[in-house]
Amino acid sequence: MTNELTLKESLRLLEQKEISSYELTVSCLAAIKRIDNKINAFITINNNASEIAKFKDDHKRVGKLEGIPIAFKDNFLTKGIRTTAASRLLDDYIPEYSATVVERLLSEGAIILGKTNMDAWAHGSSTETSDYGATKNPWNTNHLPGGSSGGSAAAVVADMTIVSIGSETAGSIRQPAAWTGCVGLKPTYGRVSRYGVVAMGSSLDSPGPMTKTVEDAAIILDVLAGKDLYDSTTSGRPKDDYVSFIGKDIRGVRIGIASEYLLPDMSKDVKDLIISAAGVLEDLGAKVDYVKTMNPLYAISVYTIVQRSEVSSNLSRYDGIRYGNDRGHFGEEAKRRIMLGNFSLSEGYAEKYYKNALRVRSLFIKDFERVFKSYDLVIGPTSPGPALKLGASRNQPMFGEMEDILIEPSTISGLPGISLPCGFVDGLPIGLDIFGPQFSEGKIIQVAHAYEQATDWHTMKPVLRTNS
Amino acid sequence: MKNKKTFTEDFTAKIAKLSKLDLSEKEINFFTKQFNDTLSIIDNLKKVKTKGIKEAFNITGLKNVFREDKIDQKRILTQEEALSNAKRTHKGYFVVKGIFDDK
Repeated sequence: MTNELTLKESLRLLEQKEISSYELTVSCLAAIKRIDNKINAFITINNNASEIAKFKDDHKRVGKLEGIPIAFKDNFLTKGIRTTAASRLLDDYIPEYSATVVERLLSEGAIILGKTNMDAWAHGSSTETSDYGATKNPWNTNHLPGGSSGGSAAAVVADMTIVSIGSETAGSIRQPAAWTGCVGLKPTYGRVSRYGVVAMGSSLDSPGPMTKTVEDAAIILDVLAGKDLYDSTTSGRPKDDYVSFIGKDIRGVRIGIASEYLLPDMSKDVKDLIISAAGVLEDLGAKVDYVKTMNPLYAISVYTIVQRSEVSSNLSRYDGIRYGNDRGHFGEEAKRRIMLGNFSLSEGYAEKYYKNALRVRSLFIKDFERVFKSYDLVIGPTSPGPALKLGASRNQPMFGEMEDILIEPSTISGLPGISLPCGFVDGLPIGLDIFGPQFSEGKIIQVAHAYEQATDWHTMKPVLRTNS
Repeated sequence: MKNKKTFTEDFTAKIAKLSKLDLSEKEINFFTKQFNDTLSIIDNLKKVKTKGIKEAFNITGLKNVFREDKIDQKRILTQEEALSNAKRTHKGYFVVKGIFDDK
């Protein structure tokens, strides 16, 4: 089945005309039809996808991604295709323009396969707060896929797409990648444009690829990265040739295991997998030892305050006048975040909460500057444990913040990172997080790829019981 | 001495109003409790010494980003496109609620 192909393999077979884009696209659509009633990874399917694929087959191959079906998280604006951010407030919203990320992929010949499920407004780490029902983990449908890009992750892992696009504010790419066992790459803040992405935390939001392999992530990042005149926070720094880091040996690369990230109450199985991953990197020639970092517990607080403050400002635009439904359509989670954000920015409390959080944010940035004087990259678990059961996020007002404790320090500092599978606990995947200083995506890809090739975790696929 | 709770039902209702959110009494009670719980967690920042530390308003170091003062045709929506998602329009305009009365 061609839907099981990686991006790299798909491109090679398309190039050699051994498969057609139509075949590839229809194969993904068939997989969606067959299994998505069990997973609920998609909110909207692009009804024109197979038609577009056929058109591409009849024309000369031009772009780097010609004929590749891609699933987009439903917070990326897609011209003419409904974009809901998984909220009923935007239930009937049809964008008149596309996000820069979408434009860039389309201009390289990609096809929009559909729009994936997520926590409403990307508020969460479970995909359970979606107004369109929870997404299920393909490894065990009684478990959560993580979030907020849970639909994108599940779609990749269950081979319903060749590639997915997700977005991360703190953990929303890497944590669902870890819980479902795919690769999730969160670029440096400002490396990939936020234009046309439904805004959540504007000083944090970073779009990125969710893929079957590290090389696939490098190929996609190569298309996404770069300055965008429509997003003034994108960096003018030239992008690296990310694919050129694939296959480079990692001898001498200095890697720190974040000892503070092996939390006291974390399961020993998870810790052992990380330590064993460190061993693999050491065998490959990297210099690995433990590094002390600032306590990640403080990052939960910084992130909670900064993110809710930015959410309250970003969601104030939804008035139901120009587009979408009225504010009565906000779900519980959005209301909670809007109000706490308005509180932390309000007269009398802004100094105590918002501004103080920004000062501690400075301390995290400084702490990482110190760490990266002696280390090229840092590793740790992406998440404290494997995927939790459905319902775990209910009545937990800080569920996401607690689950993403190990990602928040790097994300509030704007750093890039990748999560890739490094083993299983109770039959569910565990993710290894590799992160580095700003704009170190190349080195991250280099080390992640070396690890991936030295292990076979990425070849393991969930077995879905289907009726077919 | 026991700490006074920051959020009371009245205070939550005020924040809700400022946020343009209509909440039921049940929701107000529910959120009041949750907000106080959240504050008790994030108050751990008090333990961090931040005296003399500058706020990180910007994490990329970019400053004064300008663009050319030129119209970008690609980025312009026609009136029809701009109105295409509005629930209520009138002769090419958005219709908003009355400001001086609630009708």
